[in-house]
Amino acid sequence: MVYRRRPPSLSETPARRSHVEGYETMGAARVGVVTFPGTLDDQDAARAVRHAGGEAVPLWHADRDLKGVDAVFLPGGFSYGDYLRCGAISRFAPLMEELIPAARAGLPVLGTCNGFQILCEAHLLPGALTRNEGLHYICRDQRVRVENAATAWTGDYASGQEILLPVKHGEGRYVADAATIGALEAGGQVVFRYLGGNPNGSMNDIAGISNEAGNIVGLMPHPEHAVEDLTGAPSVDGRGFFTSILKKFVNL
Amino acid sequence: MIDSVKRANETPDEPQPYAELGMKAEEYERVRAILGRRPTSSELAIYSVMWSEHCSYKSSKVHLRQFGTKAPESEALLVGMGENAGVVDIGDGWAATFKIESHNHPSYVEPHQGAATGVGGIVRDIMSMGARPVAVMDALRFGALDAPDTRRVLPGVVEGVGSYGNCLGLPNIGGELAFDPCYIGNPLVNALCVGLLRKDQIKLATAPGPGNQVVLFGARTGPDGIGGASVLASATFEDESHAKRPAVQVGDPFMEKLLIECCLELFEADVVVGIQDLGAAGVSCATTELAAKGTGGMSVDLGLVPLRDPSLLPEEILMSESQERMMAVVTPEDIDAFMAICARWDVPATVIGEVTDTGRLVMTWKDEVIVDIPPGTAADDGPVYERPFHEPAGQAALNADDPARLERPGDLRAALLTLLGSSNLASKEWVTSQYDRYVRGNTVLAMPADAGVLRIGEVMPGAEETDRGIALATDGNGRYAKLDPYAGAQLALAEAYRNVAVTGARPLAVTNCLNFGSPEDPEVMWQFAEAVRGLADACKTLGVPVTGGNVSFYNQTGSTPIHPTPVVGVLGVLDDVRARVRHGFTAPGLKIVLLGDTRDEFGGSEWAHVAHGHLGGLPPAVHLEAERALAGVLVEAAGRGLVDGSHDVSDGGLAIALAEACMARGVGAAVQLPGGDAFTDLFSESTARVLLAVRPESYDELADLCARREVPAYCLGTTGGSALTVEGVLSIPVEELRAVHEATLPAVFSS
Repeated sequence: MVYRRRPPSLSETPARRSHVEGYETMGAARVGVVTFPGTLDDQDAARAVRHAGGEAVPLWHADRDLKGVDAVFLPGGFSYGDYLRCGAISRFAPLMEELIPAARAGLPVLGTCNGFQILCEAHLLPGALTRNEGLHYICRDQRVRVENAATAWTGDYASGQEILLPVKHGEGRYVADAATIGALEAGGQVVFRYLGGNPNGSMNDIAGISNEAGNIVGLMPHPEHAVEDLTGAPSVDGRGFFTSILKKFVNL
Repeated sequence: MIDSVKRANETPDEPQPYAELGMKAEEYERVRAILGRRPTSSELAIYSVMWSEHCSYKSSKVHLRQFGTKAPESEALLVGMGENAGVVDIGDGWAATFKIESHNHPSYVEPHQGAATGVGGIVRDIMSMGARPVAVMDALRFGALDAPDTRRVLPGVVEGVGSYGNCLGLPNIGGELAFDPCYIGNPLVNALCVGLLRKDQIKLATAPGPGNQVVLFGARTGPDGIGGASVLASATFEDESHAKRPAVQVGDPFMEKLLIECCLELFEADVVVGIQDLGAAGVSCATTELAAKGTGGMSVDLGLVPLRDPSLLPEEILMSESQERMMAVVTPEDIDAFMAICARWDVPATVIGEVTDTGRLVMTWKDEVIVDIPPGTAADDGPVYERPFHEPAGQAALNADDPARLERPGDLRAALLTLLGSSNLASKEWVTSQYDRYVRGNTVLAMPADAGVLRIGEVMPGAEETDRGIALATDGNGRYAKLDPYAGAQLALAEAYRNVAVTGARPLAVTNCLNFGSPEDPEVMWQFAEAVRGLADACKTLGVPVTGGNVSFYNQTGSTPIHPTPVVGVLGVLDDVRARVRHGFTAPGLKIVLLGDTRDEFGGSEWAHVAHGHLGGLPPAVHLEAERALAGVLVEAAGRGLVDGSHDVSDGGLAIALAEACMARGVGAAVQLPGGDAFTDLFSESTARVLLAVRPESYDELADLCARREVPAYCLGTTGGSALTVEGVLSIPVEELRAVHEATLPAVFSS
């Protein structure tokens, strides 16, 4: 199946008021936010999209319908109670039957936390996320380095930029065989790396990766919890994810 | 053989195991008098659980009435005690509902599941008011940090609280953690939940309207927490297989998350007439309470209850405490829409009966009537005891053992570091980092701040129109309450009230979890009576009503009770959440101001506990009018933007408050002590005090405000640098403070 992206058109969608100064013109991009049973950060993800000036489109796990969105955000949570293995059941959801080929055809997809786990289970990204080295769930504000600013979701950052994002997970230890790790490193697919202490024992301090084309990005930290001064982590460093993807569509 | 009503009439003299079910002979006789015959075994199951201490409050009721009779006038109170949770008006058409509840005994037996289902239960209480649960907190007490059993219990409890709350998507925004040898065989796990709803959408546990359908939805019923029922089953049915069932419930947070979203859609679609969660006493409690508060009658076919274990007997179904279940009353017109919403969320739902106007709760099993009772007799007319009480034999001697006799330290720097690394004052990050504090994106302040603060806007549709926020804190000090339960309860309230005000929020309402030993011990009963009297009096003075809570008795090992431990939760409101005051010293160059007076008060203090293992004398004096004036200053100062950072001064005194304020952002401080004696200034636990960090240009305005409200204010110095320096006394780099503060818990639990 070939994924046909709905052409972005500024005239079609009325401009929305942005919460971030300077992004008033970005109303066109429509970012789908997926809700599985047990998804938790969907409203946070939708809010982050709205605050950056985009339109958040709710996508329901049981619908075989991507509603023509420009990009998709798979948020964190405990989809299907993390039963069997994190993300193992979600990958078979009806919506995923649409999403997987669309992503392979170039649709930008971001998975955070459980979303990252789902992307790995769906084989849209290589490797797997296993139980944290310390065997405990960990919630903390984590320094992260952006290693690749050329993906669909990181264009608004500079390569090498250090940012602060919260992590909150029990199974975020990224593992893969040596060949895969080597290929990820060589191909610039390690997009984020933990700094100042690895929270979960991930190989090579990997916090997030992308596919070769750079349209699919998965990471354990939560940019959607670092977009407002008032709430969440003591940083607004997560805004770049949302402005990156919105600018991409405005500039097309 | 089914023990039907017919059979009960035919076998009036059959012996029944009421004593094994915890009923007294006179209570059993009362059931017989109510029914005019012996109860069936199912009826006995219902009465035994509904008249248990846990459900009926039979020992505490006569005292708890003071929360009503002494309640201050409050325009904010929308729903008071007696419902699943109290509801308060927080303005702009919004209401908050909150409650704290204990799960102490299950958490000792099976720490993970005991704590997890404690969270699950309180969350369902909040849902049953029609609210969206928006945050949880937990107040925990364990035995000594270095005791072997603490290493068994604490990690399991923390994992249970964390895994359930995290998986549910509710931020954990605060709470307490304390250690004392008195809790070694009896940890305290008190869980608080807060929810938000539109003021006009409050749901109540009531079943009006004959013909309306009774729906059981959520998880299927299994053999959880039916230790008591197995006595009945084995006694009646001589079936060994039913005698060995787990007494601790097992939770499934994933089902609870689906239930939350499902209930919110049901409320939004307005297809619910009445709703009740299934907690202790399961179907027995939900059916009797719904029927008693509604039209008065209900008929239920117990055979329709979906079972996880098809061998369950009716008595077991009635007593099962299987988690993640709710009961709703729905009109026949709305039942299809109700079922469709449940199906969308994959939540099983089954009509098990209907509302009647007979005044009787009638249940059938395989076409035989096994229950036929007036529901109010089980739900509301349980026994009430006026338990005898008297002051404990050693109380006078305890109070006479004044800490003034204790040797005071010469090296205050060492004293500070020892206290800062002691179990009760050390960093709790090992615990709190296992809780998600960010989920749902509305967390403004969380641990280690004095209170958790949430934004209301964006919580759910329509909320964008308010700038308000809520603040919540829980506090309790078993040592203070042991020395003086009347004052101890007031001190718990005063601290929670102050912790809410420290963020700039106006304290509005109170919930409480009263953890005590056996009510059959007159000395424990005295502690309980004094604590309730103290709390009710203080609520009246501070103008904050009690909206609900929970009593946990029998917290003792053998004949040794825990310290009386009233835990008090206070909810406050910020008119504009953006005006909240941040925690600690937020930047260099700010003036450090101490509000409130310091006296020589060391009874029950952390210093006496840590340095001397001493508990004696009297706790710090309660100054409710001073607390009220102090809160007035804090709220007004925050509203006018005069304060940059703040921190409550309490356990460990000014020394610990200064250290924690420095560690909050790694900003040092240089201060001069206001009084004559450095030790008293630094370590006394006098109440009604807070530390503020104020921009120099705002200082005069703040001083004027304090003068006007008659709150003593002392400018101690300035923030900045990389050390905490108390002029002429001590200087400690913030990094050294942090190292000592953060090492304690990991040393025990990460090894």
